[in-house]
Amino acid sequence: MSRLLALIRKEFLALLKDPRSRFVIIGPPIIQLLVFGYAATFDLNDVPLAVYNESGSQASRELIARFVNSPSFQQVATIEHDSRIAPLIERRRALLVLHIGPQFERHLREGTTADVQVIVDGRNSNTAMIASGYAQTIIRNFSIDYAGRSGTEAPPATITSRAWFNPNLLSRWFIVPGIVGLLTLVVTMLVTALSVAREREQGTFDQLLVTPYQPWEILIGKAIPGFLIGLVEATFIILVAVLWFGVPLRGDLSTLYTGIALFLLSAIGVGLMISSLSVTQQQGLLGAFLFLVPAIILSGFSTPIANMPPAVQQLTYLNPMRYFMIILRGVFLEGTPFELLISQFWPLAVIGVTTMLSAAWLFRRRMY
Amino acid sequence: MMESRGGSLMRMRGLVRKEFLQVVRDPSALAIAFVLPVVLLLLFGYGVSLDAEHVPVALVVDQPSADTASLCAEFEQSRYFRPQSIVGLRAAEQAMRERRVDAIVHLREDFSDRLQSGRVAPVQLVVNGVDANTARLVTGYVQGVYAKWLEHRAQAAGQSLAVPVAMQQRIWFNSNLRSRNFLVPGLIAVIMTLIGALLTALVMAREWERGTMEALLVTPISMREVLIGKILPYFVLGMGGMALSVVMAVWQFEVPLRGSLWVLLLGTSLFLLTALGMGLFISTVARIQFVAAQVAIITTFLPAFILSGFIFDIRSMPAVIQVITHAIPARYFVAILQTVFLAGDVWSVILPNSIALAAMAAVFLGLTRRLSRKQLS
Amino acid sequence: MMDESAASVVPGQPATPGHSTQNDAAKPVVADDVVLWAEGLTKTFSAKPNDVTAVRGLSVRVRAHRITGLIGPDGAGKTTLMRLAAGLLVPDEGRIEVLGLDCVRDQAAVQARVGYMPQRFGLYEDLSVQENLDLYADLHGVPQAIRGRRYDELMRMTGLAPFTARLAGRLSGGMKQKLGLACVLVHPPQLLLLDEPTVGVDPVSRRELWAIVNRFVEHEGTSVLMSTAYLDEAERCDEVIVLDEGSLIGQGPPSQFSRPLTGRTFRVRATGLGPRDVQTHLALRSEVIDAVIQGDAVRVVLTEAAASQPDSVLTGLEQAVIESVPPRFEDGFIATLRAKRSAGSAARSPVPTARAEPAARDGLVISVRHVQRRFGEFLAVNDISFDVPRGEVFGLLGANGAGKTTLFRMLCGLLPASGGTLQVAGVDVRKTAARARARIGYMSQKFSLYGTLSVQDNLQFFSSAYGLSGRRRRDRIDWALTEFELGPIGDQTSGGLPLGYKQRLALACALMHEPEIIFLDEPTSGVDPLARREFWQRINSLVHQGVTVLVTTHFMEEAEYCDRMAIMMSGRLLALGTPSEIKQQAVSPERPEPTMEDAFIALIESKPPAGGAHA
Repeated sequence: MSRLLALIRKEFLALLKDPRSRFVIIGPPIIQLLVFGYAATFDLNDVPLAVYNESGSQASRELIARFVNSPSFQQVATIEHDSRIAPLIERRRALLVLHIGPQFERHLREGTTADVQVIVDGRNSNTAMIASGYAQTIIRNFSIDYAGRSGTEAPPATITSRAWFNPNLLSRWFIVPGIVGLLTLVVTMLVTALSVAREREQGTFDQLLVTPYQPWEILIGKAIPGFLIGLVEATFIILVAVLWFGVPLRGDLSTLYTGIALFLLSAIGVGLMISSLSVTQQQGLLGAFLFLVPAIILSGFSTPIANMPPAVQQLTYLNPMRYFMIILRGVFLEGTPFELLISQFWPLAVIGVTTMLSAAWLFRRRMY
Repeated sequence: MMESRGGSLMRMRGLVRKEFLQVVRDPSALAIAFVLPVVLLLLFGYGVSLDAEHVPVALVVDQPSADTASLCAEFEQSRYFRPQSIVGLRAAEQAMRERRVDAIVHLREDFSDRLQSGRVAPVQLVVNGVDANTARLVTGYVQGVYAKWLEHRAQAAGQSLAVPVAMQQRIWFNSNLRSRNFLVPGLIAVIMTLIGALLTALVMAREWERGTMEALLVTPISMREVLIGKILPYFVLGMGGMALSVVMAVWQFEVPLRGSLWVLLLGTSLFLLTALGMGLFISTVARIQFVAAQVAIITTFLPAFILSGFIFDIRSMPAVIQVITHAIPARYFVAILQTVFLAGDVWSVILPNSIALAAMAAVFLGLTRRLSRKQLS
Repeated sequence: MMDESAASVVPGQPATPGHSTQNDAAKPVVADDVVLWAEGLTKTFSAKPNDVTAVRGLSVRVRAHRITGLIGPDGAGKTTLMRLAAGLLVPDEGRIEVLGLDCVRDQAAVQARVGYMPQRFGLYEDLSVQENLDLYADLHGVPQAIRGRRYDELMRMTGLAPFTARLAGRLSGGMKQKLGLACVLVHPPQLLLLDEPTVGVDPVSRRELWAIVNRFVEHEGTSVLMSTAYLDEAERCDEVIVLDEGSLIGQGPPSQFSRPLTGRTFRVRATGLGPRDVQTHLALRSEVIDAVIQGDAVRVVLTEAAASQPDSVLTGLEQAVIESVPPRFEDGFIATLRAKRSAGSAARSPVPTARAEPAARDGLVISVRHVQRRFGEFLAVNDISFDVPRGEVFGLLGANGAGKTTLFRMLCGLLPASGGTLQVAGVDVRKTAARARARIGYMSQKFSLYGTLSVQDNLQFFSSAYGLSGRRRRDRIDWALTEFELGPIGDQTSGGLPLGYKQRLALACALMHEPEIIFLDEPTSGVDPLARREFWQRINSLVHQGVTVLVTTHFMEEAEYCDRMAIMMSGRLLALGTPSEIKQQAVSPERPEPTMEDAFIALIESKPPAGGAHA
């Protein structure tokens, strides 16, 4: 036991003693947490709006006022002529152009539907969809109010919509728990993926192998620092998520930490697998990237897994991040109890045990 | 003077040939340049999509009637939904907790009565707000289905539904709002960032660690020639990877390419110079492969993924973060690619972004040049 | 032959510059045949916790058309001087000129005229021999027209002609070094700077390297400045520059350093005792400056006072005879350094030697029977058998690629054997490697310590790794810190230590668990002669306590320390016996008293290499 502790202590020292290496493990995750926490959002504020009003009527001004007074839009230009629309959108000066035609008021008075044209820059389809949704809401409300005032018939039924878990639909609540997973994964990879290759290149690996350590002991010695560092960083990020970003933590901590522990196990397993496979640090780096990039993109962190084609969805079942994302968001926002997450826990455990075992096997084989 | 220029050409030729030979001998560089973009683009081109379809939604009808049946049928016909009828709100709520459905549409007992009597008959929609973006899309889709149902109902009753004001929407550049059209060009930018960093992040550190740098330095070669000799081969490789990505984007993912190829070439060249310059810079500063690798992992992928505007719109970020994004080269490349692919040669977008890239390339290469003196210590 | 001004310094006296150039520093008057001129050269590197001054006010001249050796212990500033001359470093103070050009101002012009081969020569291992040559020819701007002839000549000289298509990474160590030299010579330099070109190279390749260098000096009039850790090589130089701690100790022909010791060098033989015991005995005497084992005898250097009555040192040794031998450069070098060290600081306490009763040499500790190891088709180790009894120092010698390292790794349990049996400390290594490993200590040529960890941390880790804990661990760490004089630097990170300290720390780490066998893989490669002596003194005291030592080495001098040795070639055992027995095999009319190196070369050459010799 004390032999194992000495090995773990050595791994910690090797990681943290060098100031550059220490900074790389501690500094960037904190900075990235803050920057990404704010940056990663699908919510749209202050959509740049250009107004092209050919009507000049009271009603048109009222409609424009609703746009301008809405927190979602910010008027950046007023257009006097058709030809100005294209440059504004092409140059990305305006995302949305509100065009009210000269017949607007006449149609309103005559009781026929008055069309309002909305031109959206579709280069980012998601932004376009959200912005046009905002415009739709403003125009519909205007329409209903107008109908109410002029005594025409209101639509017979309405939708009252309510969002569970995230009533204001803040995408930050969705993204920040995801960042817990993202950064924990990156840090564990940094710590584990290059560790064996580095010792191999420096020649200390032989020295380690001639000691009476069994291969599994060496492997555990390499796994535990990654586990502890991952645990500490995850805890830190959770604290920031709750205290700084105000994300609610509705579930209980024991469920959350069960998930974190199982996830760390599988992430370290993958990291050590890469580590045992690579002879040079360059191969280790390549391996780390080849795992990190798909693991993050196909995790549901930014784009829902449900949107993927079935074949790719099948593939995500191999990705530990997939399960961790569900656990994180479930515990944070939905307060999902332990029993409901067992379906996520066991695949993580299976991945963890499998990767650790294959790492141990590869490790023995690659010893020579 | 002439003599020395000839010597310089010969030295660079020698270096470039050496670098190419090393690339050919070590298949991992070729894999990075040609296999990586294909695999990643295929995986992500299909995997990354913001278009929610077949959303599982629970339909809870307290009192079935003709009206509720026709509304349910409208949901059945929508490609956006995969509705399932659930009896009782409680059961539906349980289904949502267990993530079997993402939304609940609840028609209360008095829905039909109210509708018949001309009173306002509310449809209750409960969405799972965890994924706020999807929740918003689902709400929009429900509203769309609902509006369609109202229209069909009015038509059936022989009335016209006269709304005072209606929105007529025109989406430019991407008329059917395929998220793939904007994600694929963005993905190319992210992938090229990775390739640039992976190709060069270790090459300088490796020469230092293996002692070959000292041997190079004592030859009459100048540091400028060493750097050019490093960049040129990887530039060619990167361009090859880029060409492959563009071909895949156009033929495989059917993303329109509305701009001209040579503008694309210009933007790509500038970006590659920046990315390779950044890799060389990391490699030069770190001098140890282990640290260079860690820095490369941290500074390339995630910033390019999150801060480039590839998926998260930069305009939605707080002002401070928007300022930070200016330090991410991928940001400019994403803007150029999305414009060249979807909008065309819009110089007012391409020019400033190209200038920014050129400036960044100059900064990285200049710094690398300054730091790599022809001296040890 | 020798110019007076260049050979002005004798050992033991501080160097004085030939003439002051203070007044005309702007345009020094340099004699035509001086190819390297340095005046008041100082270079300091910032490092934690103290800055290191590698070169301190150094003034030297290197003369044209001859080989000048640069000799000195680790940290003497040899490499720094080379790098300054190659324009790779800028001096803090003083000036250095090469071929009449300022190394800082005219860096490019200097580099066009100078050839420099760094310690780890930068061959691109994934490029073939020919491609490496092409690269350096391009870099030096060698015209296409003359390349063909040049390449032919170089390939013939280096014997690499059959291998031009082979990747440099697949060459043996000696061949790599020859290729490195060929790359430097592609563009014939006026001044050739070679930084320890023969470290880690077997004697055969070493001789070939020297032949090439000599040829260039004779036929092309090249001037050579070469640093080396092999003191026998210094004797082959026309002139040597001896440095210590960044300062000049002396400069002149090698004989100038050995001459003052005439009459003070002897050989002692004792019939009743082994040479190791004789050496231990002699090394403790105050009148003995140096005592090294040479086969079955001990070579000693006595103080001036004792030299008149050499027999006096034999008191306490039974049946011992002492005979006078001619002095060598090495004697002068060691004597000079010892004198300087003891004058400068308090005399370094001699390494404490255990005075315990020599343990009985009984039982076999290592037993190797018909061992084989294949890598694919290639037999790296082919049917090797030998035994090592307890308390013996057993040496494994061989050219690069002879299979030493493979055999060694199998004995440590790092590599499974393909066939045969290996027993270490009575345990079958093939079955229970971990148990065998607990009883061996291992130290490899790279001194593979954890560079980012401190000295203390390294000791602590390796002691715990071998299962030491509590009181025992504390005691052993204290022992290591005092015994190896590591106490004062206990908190420093081991990566930044000088080579000699690293080697001591590596040995300390290997000894924490008091192993009964120690495996030493080229333990003194690149370490200076003083540190090497100190190292062997420690090993000797361990052997006294009954520890068995297995060592691989390139140093022929080190082979003399062994009780028995095996010479390997192409995976086979070429010879096995005591150093004297092996030397005996090389006795010929022209060479009545061959050195170990002569014997080695003669043995290797008597058996032409088989097909896979150089893999």
